[in-house]
Amino acid sequence: MPWFKKDKYTTLKPAVMRDRIPEGLWTKCEKCFAPIVTRDFEENLNVCPKCGFHHKLGARERVELLIDDGTFEEMFTEVQPTDALKFVDSKDYGSRLKAAQKKSGFDEGVITGTGQLDGHPVALAVMVFEFVGGSMGAVVGERITRLIEHAADNGLPVIIVSASGGARMQEGILSLMQMAKTSGALTLLAAKKLPYFSVLTNPSTAGVMASYASLGDIILAEPEALIGFAGPRVIQQTINQILPKGFQKSDFVLEHGFLDLITERGEMKKNLSIMLFYFTGRKGDRFPEAPEEIGSEAATPVDEVVEAIEPATADEAS
Amino acid sequence: MAITAFDFEKPLVELEQRIQETEQQEPRDDVALAQLRDELEKRQREIYAQLSPWQRVLLARHADRPHSMDYVNALMTDFIEVHGDRFYADDKAVQCGFATFADMPVAVVAQQKGRDTKENLVRNWGMSHPEGYRKAMRVMRLAEKFGMPIIVFIDTPGAFPGIGAEERGQAEAIARNIRDMFTLQVPVICVVVGEGASGGALGVGVGDCVLMLENSWYCVISPEGCAAILWKDRAMAEQAAQHLKLTAPDLIELGVADDIIPEPLGGAHRNPDDTYVNVKQKLEEWLMKFVDKTGDELVAHRYAKFRAMGRYLETGKEDV
Repeated sequence: MPWFKKDKYTTLKPAVMRDRIPEGLWTKCEKCFAPIVTRDFEENLNVCPKCGFHHKLGARERVELLIDDGTFEEMFTEVQPTDALKFVDSKDYGSRLKAAQKKSGFDEGVITGTGQLDGHPVALAVMVFEFVGGSMGAVVGERITRLIEHAADNGLPVIIVSASGGARMQEGILSLMQMAKTSGALTLLAAKKLPYFSVLTNPSTAGVMASYASLGDIILAEPEALIGFAGPRVIQQTINQILPKGFQKSDFVLEHGFLDLITERGEMKKNLSIMLFYFTGRKGDRFPEAPEEIGSEAATPVDEVVEAIEPATADEAS
Repeated sequence: MAITAFDFEKPLVELEQRIQETEQQEPRDDVALAQLRDELEKRQREIYAQLSPWQRVLLARHADRPHSMDYVNALMTDFIEVHGDRFYADDKAVQCGFATFADMPVAVVAQQKGRDTKENLVRNWGMSHPEGYRKAMRVMRLAEKFGMPIIVFIDTPGAFPGIGAEERGQAEAIARNIRDMFTLQVPVICVVVGEGASGGALGVGVGDCVLMLENSWYCVISPEGCAAILWKDRAMAEQAAQHLKLTAPDLIELGVADDIIPEPLGGAHRNPDDTYVNVKQKLEEWLMKFVDKTGDELVAHRYAKFRAMGRYLETGKEDV
């Protein structure tokens, strides 16, 4: 009997493989199902080293990724949720909020504050997908509006990282009006000629996309993020057609002209840093090499240019 | 005229039929007739005094309810429609143009549903594509340029969720309109005449005032959509409607709507002419509050109005 004879071949289906990967030590890629050592996965910013799929990144980790160590100051945590409509579905909204706070470790659907990005002072909002799907209710709207107003008053550029399935239904019409409130605030920022960068991560749909997330001076997205107005399921049910491959993914949205740039997670801070220089004229601490050469060719030091452009900002900062 | 009757309207329709029959009897029984008429009015008052939110949603969608252009035709004169967004197409789900109202030229943005299937295929059931929002903004900018107030009639089951709409930037079109309406230097009066569904409505809904007809609704999602997501069952729409707080009195209470336009007993479709009179009166009243304001005053007022919307707790204020 030959030693290596094999009567039957066993094929492992991805679904079977998924079950065999133990919790904790290993993480499976959601897209290619490759097993990845969890530590490697986290060191790679939750991006699959095999296929490059960008898994969701926690909001705190996102702040750490973009903001220089120790410079982030969280703001507007005094704004807290309430059950304005006394909404009840399978459970009441008040208990749902408490459960979400306990489960996610976040108090609401967005973190807002100021910090430095490569030495650039910025106002940053990061939506918390872990909290009721990053849905936008009155607290998300109010914190983001206060952040934009604070930025407009203090001469800060704004970066908003979206991760949201849309408006928070349990707050009814009041959640819809957050779209108006936040978009209106952006007109104040624009009047001060301060840049706004909208960063879209998976998923960015509905309410946020029909408001501030679509209104960036520059709109960046992570690869393969779901981006759109209506969710794919709603569209499929409405039109009763199979949706095209890659529909509403970053590449699709860029091809149709609604994204400036698709940027991998590891490059996001660098790209924002470069554009912050271009749009504010202020040179960061840790400026990348290429634009440094452009800067050194210029006769006028960049810092002087800044003061010439934005005396008001310099005054306010001092 | 074919009147579609909802379950809660059936007793009224029956009474109306009996009145008609009695009227045609020879000799006419005037005593019985008077009794029936009294009975009808009494039942009408009973039924319409305690409409549930879901019943109002049904009324807002009633097949015979006046649509946006019915108000334009009844209230305004010399309406001239303009077409197209100058980028891609003319969206028939929203009709835009210029007309005379209260002795002055005004710009009109009217989300328009069809009366029957054939017309609805043209109007796409009042669901705009991005072109519709872009056409509306083009007309609103024209109004601003030439100093005309803008009157917006809202009646949509939502912005259209389809492949083409996504490809051409439905979200971007709505977002841009919402933002840019904040900057319009002329009065913007919005009236929800039927359904105000979510971003589809808000995309033309940032006004100096938001008026609602008595049986209209305005919400972040349709009751069916909400039921499908939260209850996993569209049949729970009635319950969802109860919780969503989407009726005109709810929106006054929540600080989103400014005024309610009363409808005749039984709803706008039972007496369109009286409805037109009521809408005309309120529209003029609210328009007059804003026509003399400067552009900057209007913009500041509009921002303050929407800035105040939303309910949340504020903790630790003493720490500041």
